[in-house]
Amino acid sequence: MISRRSVLKAVFTGGAVAGLGVLMPSIALAAWNKAAFETDNQDTAMGALFDGAPSASAEVNLKAPDIAENGAVVPVTISSSMAGVKTIAVFVEGNPNPLAAQFAIPAGTKAEVSCRIRMGKTSAVTAVVETASGLFSASKEVKVTIGGCGG
Amino acid sequence: MAKGIIRAKAKAKGGNTSVKIMAKHDMETGNRKDKKGKKIPAKYIQTMSVAYNGKKVMEANMGTAVSKNPYLAFTFEGGAKGDQLDITWIENTGNTGTETAKVR
Repeated sequence: MISRRSVLKAVFTGGAVAGLGVLMPSIALAAWNKAAFETDNQDTAMGALFDGAPSASAEVNLKAPDIAENGAVVPVTISSSMAGVKTIAVFVEGNPNPLAAQFAIPAGTKAEVSCRIRMGKTSAVTAVVETASGLFSASKEVKVTIGGCGG
Repeated sequence: MAKGIIRAKAKAKGGNTSVKIMAKHDMETGNRKDKKGKKIPAKYIQTMSVAYNGKKVMEANMGTAVSKNPYLAFTFEGGAKGDQLDITWIENTGNTGTETAKVR
């Protein structure tokens, strides 16, 4: 027989589980890495996110403007021809928090993402692609001219 | 900002679906000050994930260096016209939301 108590209990447990699911849908792939996002040092951020340092690779394609007229909106596109890309991360060295964004690429999704980032000043933008065989990066210097004559 | 911040366009073509998402969000970094010199607390989207048929096709973890009204574009294999994408976002304040978009 179903008592009132067991019904309530079931409802509460179910609710708690559903709540957890809503709060942490990211756990399966990569949770938001607090240490990596909040540090002010690019090397620390990379260390928190990956084991080991990435090596520069021509197969990582970072598309960013040479000169960004408005540092608040800098469009970047990262793509890679490598197979088995797991994550893509974007770092802006000169920012207060160098790690801008990290994308988890599940199987079946193309290793190409576009987003727009903020840049405080002229600095190097680095894209790091993590594959099953290691870490690869590409970087590019982006000049930021805020309010000026726009280069 | 509670609901309805996401504008998404998904288009199926040649077996792939390209998705473009723009969220209407200030992405407050916590470094900015208001007119009285008081710091505006950080408020930004930390995670945005996109699921298609219950399978995650993209997950973006964002920091404060993502621009205002974040934009995200990517392509995944599969998807057909009329299918539904679930886009879930989580703010650093703990606010979350799930919105849907139809593949066209």
